Amino acid sequence: MGKKESTFINMVVSLLLITLVSGLSLGFINDLTIEPIAKAKLDRKINAIKLVLPEFNNNPVEDLVVVKSEFAKDSVEIYPAFKNEEFVGAAVIGSSEKGFSGLVKIMVGFTPDGTIQNIVVLEQKETPGLGTKMKDEKFLKQFRGINPSKFNLKVTKDGGEVDALTGATITSRAFGESVKMAYDEFLKNLDSNNTSKH
Amino acid sequence: MDYIIILIAAVFVNNIVLSQFLGICPFLGVSNKVSTSVGMSGAVLFVMTIATTVTYLLHQYVLIPVGLDYLRTITFILVIAALVQMVEIILKKVSPPLYQALGVFLPLITTNCAVLGVAILALGLEGGSLLKAVFFAIANSIGFALALILFASIREQLELADIPEGMKGVPINLLVAGLLSLAFLGFTGLV
Amino acid sequence: MAETINQKQNFLKGIVKENPVFVMLLGMCPTLGVTSSAFNGLGMGVATLFVLLMSNIVVSLFKSHIPSKVRIPAFIIIIASFVTIVEMVLEAFIPFLYEQLGIFIPLIVVNCLILGRAEAFASKNNLMSSILDGLGMGIGFVIALTALGVTREILGSGSIFDFKFVSEDANTFILFILPPGAFIALAYLSVLFNKISTKTT
Repeated sequence: MGKKESTFINMVVSLLLITLVSGLSLGFINDLTIEPIAKAKLDRKINAIKLVLPEFNNNPVEDLVVVKSEFAKDSVEIYPAFKNEEFVGAAVIGSSEKGFSGLVKIMVGFTPDGTIQNIVVLEQKETPGLGTKMKDEKFLKQFRGINPSKFNLKVTKDGGEVDALTGATITSRAFGESVKMAYDEFLKNLDSNNTSKH
Repeated sequence: MDYIIILIAAVFVNNIVLSQFLGICPFLGVSNKVSTSVGMSGAVLFVMTIATTVTYLLHQYVLIPVGLDYLRTITFILVIAALVQMVEIILKKVSPPLYQALGVFLPLITTNCAVLGVAILALGLEGGSLLKAVFFAIANSIGFALALILFASIREQLELADIPEGMKGVPINLLVAGLLSLAFLGFTGLV
Repeated sequence: MAETINQKQNFLKGIVKENPVFVMLLGMCPTLGVTSSAFNGLGMGVATLFVLLMSNIVVSLFKSHIPSKVRIPAFIIIIASFVTIVEMVLEAFIPFLYEQLGIFIPLIVVNCLILGRAEAFASKNNLMSSILDGLGMGIGFVIALTALGVTREILGSGSIFDFKFVSEDANTFILFILPPGAFIALAYLSVLFNKISTKTT
């Protein structure tokens, strides 16, 4: 079993062969996984939407409305939901840059009159064990069934009605702000949602 | 303003070694003397900046346009390995004193995950531009240098300390690193 | 008979005597970075085990065809290919874990453990020994990461594999799921490991 000598040609040929084989096999696997990856991403979005909205039977991802917003860096995504052609609510993605470690991104589901159905946290980098408790039932449940027009979304410390998380006031503030942003966008686009498609 | 935030975030708040855990191998490996840690930091600054520049351009103008985004990891590591070799050869010819200072550290850098890590993280920067990516790399290597040199200074003192038998060596070093990281935790919320 | 004992040792050395994390201090970045929960530690360990095993197999099979001067770049390409495969498969089928492990998945490439085994072992030994070596080292790595993950999760969140055993709002040692806790927990675990391994040998 002689070792191949390190001549120039040998080196080039063997490296080339290895690269070729690895490139081809990666391309093959990429083709295999590209669909499941797209599907997994879509599934996550749809699951989040299902969690925050009442029952619906359209495909909100297809009816997605993207609006430019003065409150957010990126545009805001609004997913309207319909049941038997009737508008039953919309899921709006709200975000705030003012979390303890930056971006907090949540999805808020509203019924047509603007009442919050449910909220899920999409992205956050808050301190584990403190700020991350915003995902807990205990914190989230105070938002369900309220209408932001009659509820001050600031934390109690700032004169609002949100019970802040212990040790994570900044996170709670950012959370309230994101809900507010989602609500404002929901109101602004309510008419277009109602009439746009059906 | 953006740049100041990137700098403070990379050096203190999200320190690449103490809170992101990149580049732990050299952090634990070449930190027994302050002088070697300074050399290593210099080499990392050099390679990380060049590597991020090259990989950023490559990703933006070659990989994405031809749709070979999934070859990112493999391309980046090859570019870094080749760069390290090239830097070594060029330094040897052009600036022997600099080569003397950094030479021994260069081969170690290929498998320094901080370099590959920063190259990948730089792609995800908000409102990314080449300038921002390069600045990000420089800021992170400063963070790396700060952590490494601080750690080495403490380790030099540790040699004289009376440490319980079972804690000698690795455990005490890890503990010291933990305390350093705890100190850096105090910077969270700064930006 | 001598051969089988040898192989058994070859397999076992990675788990205790040459444990990659506690003894050889290889692959420290993912060890510290992703072990904030037991599940993450296990996931990272298994991903690394897969890459290590596959690269050991391929390197061992083709060792005589790779000229020695370009062996390192060749190994890197082989390893990087398997890492990319792991990356794509995880993103497609276990997106939750993919997100949790984040940047540490592509960084498996620069895990010194894998390149180290390819260079020091697989490029010099036959297929069977390389497989056993890869398995042993990989399992050693999985055990270390899971142990660290379990320790940090118990202390930091009061749960094991997401199964909570304290009440929802009980105070836990949050420190242990924060970065400093990784260093501190690993420090004490390696003291413990040293104690146990010196006693048994």
